[in-house]
Amino acid sequence: MSDAQTQIPVTVLTGYLGAGKTTLLNRILSENHGRRYAVIVNEFGEIGIDNDLIVESDEEIYEMNNGCVCCTVRGDLIRVVEGLMRRPGRFDAIVVETTGLADPVPVAQTFFMDDDVRSKTKLDAVVALVDAKHLPLRLKDSKEAEDQIAFADVVVLNKTDLVTPEELEKVEATIRAINPAARIHRTERAGVALREVLDRGAFDLSRALENDPHFLEAHDHDHDHHDHDHDHHHDHDGHDHHHHDHPSDIHDVTVKSVSLRGGEMDPKKFFPWIEKVTQMEGPNILRLKGIIALKGDDERYVLQGVHMILEGDHQRAWKDGEKHESRLVFIGRELDEERLRKSFEACQAA
Amino acid sequence: MPTVAPLDLEGHCVAAVFLNDVPHFALADGAIHRLDSGQKTVQANDGLLAAFHDVANDRLITGGEDGKVFSVKAGGEVTELASAGRKWITSVTAGPQGAVAYASGKIAFVRFADGKTKEFAHPRSVEGLAFSPKGMRFGVARYNGATLHFPAAEGKPVELEWAGAHTGITFSPDGAFLVTTMQENALHGWKLADGKHMRMSGYPGKVKSLSWSVKGKWLASSGAPAAIVWPFASKDGPMGKAPLELGTRGNTMVTCVACHPSQEVTAIGYEDGMVIAARFADAKEVLLRRPGKGAITSMMWDKEERRIAFGSAAGDCGVIDITA
Repeated sequence: MSDAQTQIPVTVLTGYLGAGKTTLLNRILSENHGRRYAVIVNEFGEIGIDNDLIVESDEEIYEMNNGCVCCTVRGDLIRVVEGLMRRPGRFDAIVVETTGLADPVPVAQTFFMDDDVRSKTKLDAVVALVDAKHLPLRLKDSKEAEDQIAFADVVVLNKTDLVTPEELEKVEATIRAINPAARIHRTERAGVALREVLDRGAFDLSRALENDPHFLEAHDHDHDHHDHDHDHHHDHDGHDHHHHDHPSDIHDVTVKSVSLRGGEMDPKKFFPWIEKVTQMEGPNILRLKGIIALKGDDERYVLQGVHMILEGDHQRAWKDGEKHESRLVFIGRELDEERLRKSFEACQAA
Repeated sequence: MPTVAPLDLEGHCVAAVFLNDVPHFALADGAIHRLDSGQKTVQANDGLLAAFHDVANDRLITGGEDGKVFSVKAGGEVTELASAGRKWITSVTAGPQGAVAYASGKIAFVRFADGKTKEFAHPRSVEGLAFSPKGMRFGVARYNGATLHFPAAEGKPVELEWAGAHTGITFSPDGAFLVTTMQENALHGWKLADGKHMRMSGYPGKVKSLSWSVKGKWLASSGAPAAIVWPFASKDGPMGKAPLELGTRGNTMVTCVACHPSQEVTAIGYEDGMVIAARFADAKEVLLRRPGKGAITSMMWDKEERRIAFGSAAGDCGVIDITA
């Protein structure tokens, strides 16, 4: 009964305590943007707005009983979303705020793995708020801070007024090293334009990769990303685009990304390969995104994944003169880049 | 030929019940509509999430987004029984001696008839609640199993473990078996005398509706293109036995089941709004209502075993008269 027309978009807000989630939530709830939001929070805390559609819910991570350790969902979200969706006329979208230490994966997987939730809602984007001053410390003492960045579609790099320009460059390079595919917005007091965090369609296969400049750039080496494409998506002006430190200087980062690039793929080889990779490497893969050129197919094939969940669909016809090229990005841990690259390239059509 | 008296309401019907033989329909917005010489409406919760028909007291217990628990009686008498704060009341049930239980987050509350309340805190969320038909005992469905409490006595609860998230719970009418619905597409059961496990799996969808047949000989369930009916007549329940599959359809799923009060027959409601009745003995089916606007969410037989009140997710509710 899934109906794309009536699926309510869900934005997931992650970030450590003090990173500015509440400030951003209060803006979402109070600014005049013409949309009504239901907000699911762990604790009412400091949200100073009285609103019937703020729901307090105890974060409940449920492992699915299928022997797969990465198949986790947020049990409380299933119940709350089911309750909210019984009266769908009250709101246009849902925001889920996670606790500071939360692993974003079970939240995201809930929207793919639970049939009831999936039929009524769709994950729009995962937004991570990052405190520019405290990120280096957070990365030292927790895996979660890194996971939140690695998993995000949008990173709001907040409290930029509390660091020097040099520190800011370094923090941004760190974020970029963890997640080359995310959009980064530098802000003070979470002052990002709401259109940059809401209604992003980041999990929408037909939109996801289109508005992803980093992905489309698809350079082979991480540091190349930093050359010139910042100001497409930054809110701030007058930022000098000099070369950054190479990400390998950054300590405390265990997540890496592998960007693969190739020509047209043989569907008979590519699909079994990607299935196998997600089955075998699923626990290590946080996110994957790809645009695939299939031999003999005049449409682009787009892919995305979370752990072992893989979704793919034809997106649109290749444009005239557009290079039929395949690109795939994995973000995760302990990824064997060499092996992934070789086996990916072996799937190319003869 | 059965006839249907439709009642078109706005919104998701959480419960369709008879109170003093009058059909009542509790909607997700908290309005309780009844067909009592014309349509009448009273308001219970501001956002109604859970409802339980308390047979012994002929009342509907409701819980909701407003953190409150109400009792609704025939004639539109709405009484607030409890208020648990800002969190949602996600599950309600009623038990012997006028006791009511409700859940908010990780706490299960029992409210006795005299208004006294007892709290039972759990390490994880309370997902489902049910009283045992015998004695003052109630069960909590939770992550990795179920917990049995004895609210009238002091003492430790009984923990029943089974990996996975348990979302709903029911005791067999004789109190011998406890069955839970799970987040995965399965039921789990325990024989309470010896703790023996019963795995009931193979459903293509989640099981959201359960109904015991007369004397608890069978347990009917939703979650498949047919009503799956497990045999519970023998001392070991359904172990090693195949369930009945009644009312199989190829293009839709069963969303609601309601067993007949005295015969081995169940009413079966589908995702597309169709309702049939099917007999266990020979699987014979009778069409009771053609497909409508939304999935059937709730059904109840009246005392005379003549009418079925039904509600749907789209608000197209009504009463089926099987004798007309």
